[in-house]
Amino acid sequence: MKRRLFLKSAMATSAVATAVGAGLLTPSMVFASSAKFKALSDAANSSAAGAAEGTFKFKAPKIAENGAVVPLSVDAKKLDGVTNISILVKSNATPLTASFNFTGGAVGFVSTRIKMGKTSPVTALVTSSSGVSAKTSDIKVTVGGCGG
Amino acid sequence: MKKLIITMATAALFSSTSALAQQSAAVQADIDAFQGYFLKTYPNLSLQDFSKGPYAMSDDKMMQFEAIMEMPPFEDLLEKGGELWNKPFANGHTFSSCWKVSDEEIRTLYPRWNAAKGKVETLEQGLIDCLVSNGEKKWGTGKGKHAWVASHLTTLAEGQVINVVVPEGDAAALAAYNDGKRFYWAKRGQLNLSCANCHVGGSGKRIRGNTLSPGLGQATHFPVWRGKWAKSKGDGFGTMQRRYGGCNKQVRAKPFKRHKSQYDNLEFYHTAMSNGMEISGTEYRE
Amino acid sequence: MGKIKLKPKAKKGVIKVKAIVKHPMETGLRKDKKGNLIPANHIDHLTITHNGTKVVDADIGAAVSKDPYFQFQVAGAKGDEITLAYKDNNGGSGSATAKSK
Repeated sequence: MKRRLFLKSAMATSAVATAVGAGLLTPSMVFASSAKFKALSDAANSSAAGAAEGTFKFKAPKIAENGAVVPLSVDAKKLDGVTNISILVKSNATPLTASFNFTGGAVGFVSTRIKMGKTSPVTALVTSSSGVSAKTSDIKVTVGGCGG
Repeated sequence: MKKLIITMATAALFSSTSALAQQSAAVQADIDAFQGYFLKTYPNLSLQDFSKGPYAMSDDKMMQFEAIMEMPPFEDLLEKGGELWNKPFANGHTFSSCWKVSDEEIRTLYPRWNAAKGKVETLEQGLIDCLVSNGEKKWGTGKGKHAWVASHLTTLAEGQVINVVVPEGDAAALAAYNDGKRFYWAKRGQLNLSCANCHVGGSGKRIRGNTLSPGLGQATHFPVWRGKWAKSKGDGFGTMQRRYGGCNKQVRAKPFKRHKSQYDNLEFYHTAMSNGMEISGTEYRE
Repeated sequence: MGKIKLKPKAKKGVIKVKAIVKHPMETGLRKDKKGNLIPANHIDHLTITHNGTKVVDADIGAAVSKDPYFQFQVAGAKGDEITLAYKDNNGGSGSATAKSK
């Protein structure tokens, strides 16, 4: 009972709340990955706010062909001791899209494809020996005319 | 050059027309005009560049195309298409047995005029005919395994030169070609648009969020894998005639059934316009 | 869920690890045709191991594309063994190993 009330108030405005309230999503499904990830997302967001301007390469399209498959790549190989590369999409429900931690022989490089609900600034956050740096690129997401 | 001569000779030999049939002068004039228009409008693009369509016209789009092609989403099903191509039928034959040329050369045999049957033949229909003549059940066309197998042949044909021939002096062949040409240039649907409106005059321009591809070069990369066809349950693959249907629906015209004279003749004209271009294989499009 | 396509290729001391993991990557925010929410079902953790040593440890969110593609780069040579392992939010998991070409 307490748990249900807590969920309803804590996430009152989200679609997830409706689902939980209706019993469609059990708390374990909501909390298992979300809580940890949300915490990571908040931490990444604050990190990005205080980050220096990045000197690494951040390849992102200006106009996404397909908002469901937006290719991105971050090449921070020239930086020493890269330990993390994170991608943040400001307008997404949870801004943190992924957080890649590197150790040993892995170099500061990652390429992947992400989903974007709408036009948004996208930030690549790199943590290296010289601290945290970020680069932000605006990616436009449009409605396709031929694609429907 | 040698490859071009061999391909042309082979195409002529198996096109059910007189050996080494010559291209109709009228058709060649059309091809020259069509290609000339695009080469003049995009002076920094070579003929083969047009096979990349809208990606050749925008660095931003080319970057996304190349990123996806690093590891295309269609590789697994393309491989499956190859497996189905090589899988023996109940009678022990394989698809290959329906053609006398090597597998790489099959794609560019088509579309072709079959004088005996008095109609245009497409590769996709050829696959169905091959199944039937070997006692197998027909497959659904345009999507699924039909598209995977046709794509396998397109991938094998990478580098082969398109050479659709409308034999000089063959009035019936020219009539079919002209029927396709008329279709391409005729306005249709509630939106009252012709293929040419978008893919000739409108090429490179935007239609809401998409960029219109040039008509020149489209035939070099079909069947194609489209992001739009991969949403929800689709696997993304589709043949040229599947796209014709989709395009007709988009201008709010009733689409024609695949592999009937309308789309067969259209494919005849449409592919001929890309004569001289190389097949670029199975590719991603948005 | 499950099928992993893993292609590590070594060149000049660096292995480019390219992979696609087949996974629906449902965010839990999408509705089906009947208006019901489709439950979250996505990879949430992924690791890359090089000759037995973990080199990439990633927290993956639902906003990564369906059937996600990744490329990583690891110092290494031809013949080195690369393993990709993932876990999803429903307890599902998968892994694949390939020798660098």
